[in-house]
Amino acid sequence: MPLAKRIIPCLDIEDGRVVKGVNFVDIRDAGDPVEVAKRYNEQGADEVTFLDITATTEKRDTILHVVEKVASEVFIPLTVGGGIRELNDIRRLLNAGADKVSINSTAVFNPEFIREASEHFGSQCIVVAIDAKQTSRLIEGADSAGSIDRWEIFTHGGRKGTGIDAVEWAGKMAEYGAGEILLTSMDGDGTKAGYDLKLTRAVSDSVPIPVIASGGVGNLQHLIDGINEGGADAVLAASIFHFGEFTILQAKQAMADAGLATRFASEKPLVPSS
Amino acid sequence: MLIAIVDLGIGNLRSVEQAFNRVDTAIDVVVTADAKLIDSADKIVLPGQGAIDTWFQALDDRELRSPLARALTEKPVLGICVGMQALFSYCEEGGGMSGLGMFDGSVRHFNHFHNTSSETLKIPQMGWNQVAQVNSHSLWKHIDDQTHFYFVHSYCANLHDENLSDVFGMTNYGHDFVAAIGRDNVFAVQFHPEKSHRDGLQLLTNFSQWDGN
Repeated sequence: MPLAKRIIPCLDIEDGRVVKGVNFVDIRDAGDPVEVAKRYNEQGADEVTFLDITATTEKRDTILHVVEKVASEVFIPLTVGGGIRELNDIRRLLNAGADKVSINSTAVFNPEFIREASEHFGSQCIVVAIDAKQTSRLIEGADSAGSIDRWEIFTHGGRKGTGIDAVEWAGKMAEYGAGEILLTSMDGDGTKAGYDLKLTRAVSDSVPIPVIASGGVGNLQHLIDGINEGGADAVLAASIFHFGEFTILQAKQAMADAGLATRFASEKPLVPSS
Repeated sequence: MLIAIVDLGIGNLRSVEQAFNRVDTAIDVVVTADAKLIDSADKIVLPGQGAIDTWFQALDDRELRSPLARALTEKPVLGICVGMQALFSYCEEGGGMSGLGMFDGSVRHFNHFHNTSSETLKIPQMGWNQVAQVNSHSLWKHIDDQTHFYFVHSYCANLHDENLSDVFGMTNYGHDFVAAIGRDNVFAVQFHPEKSHRDGLQLLTNFSQWDGN
């Protein structure tokens, strides 16, 4: 089997605590990022992503302590996004134990930042996060329906349009040295209707780097569709895992049943035998 | 026992340190660029990520070539990622340069091998891929053949001839490349054991218990 398709649970973190709710019946403190990350690790997650939505600058450093604690207990790749504005922010996250950082609006406002970051720390740890909404437009030369699919980058949680074409932007970010694209459909986010497969396919076909599909997962078939139809290399989901609807292992099993290359985590005890 | 992780200022060294702390709290682990510590340590870990030319530059800037050369001949050494690639004779990254030359092979970009593959491969290879254990080794103890390990790299190691006697693991990504290689007291892997969950920790445990023979 070739390289496995990855399943990545994503947690929103505010002031060092998991928000938007996690609902595992047997976790004592579902607000503790370490507890939740450990649980996903045990279920066989291929990576874990934290999105820091802490609003106040005074509390920014709390994410560093979270990363330190998680990295000392969970030995799978850890990606951290949110609030990254300068090279020093990246350095501090990597030193705390993050393997990759995810950069969103700072890349939009200053694309050169991605070039600097990848030259400094290596492409392998620079993920560019793209939030896109469909904005089909009348374009000359389009089909009889008069429109072609087009997606625009939005910032500020989807409130501010930028006029930038998402597919072109992804290509530019790859050229600037991004090692991976985390692609979120703002239309799909929270709908449970599945990924925007056309968007995922359009971006995945246009960039030479891996693409993570995100936004809209409601069931396990959506994960499979993201890979088969969307061409994604990895699939990210939040709520279907947080509320215990499905475990990571069930998702892995569904992917394997669909014929996808899948990694099943070892069931060895966590402290290895000699 | 003291394990020294060679600090070239590149990569997530803390993860390697934390992983060793996790497998055995009795091990002293130090991240260091101090030649004396590297000389006195019982075992050496040679990590690395990112560009190999930067890696070699740091090795020279920190005057660690000689201590590393001594370690490679006399005590257990574990190379990880760029720390494995550096042991080959040639690396084409950054315009091309000689490696440390312990193994006869070239480290080349995955792009060169695309034409042999039916599907378009994303570069870097990022994620979990299987390692075929082509030869047995103490460091494979309690680890199954074809286990998934975590890889992240754009360059891969390829032998100059068909002789697999030093090769302990091969992985396929468009073509077969070297995932684990070793000789005598040296063992080196392309993947990241410190990020490879239980099997990765098992490999680090095996290294901590390995006498280099």
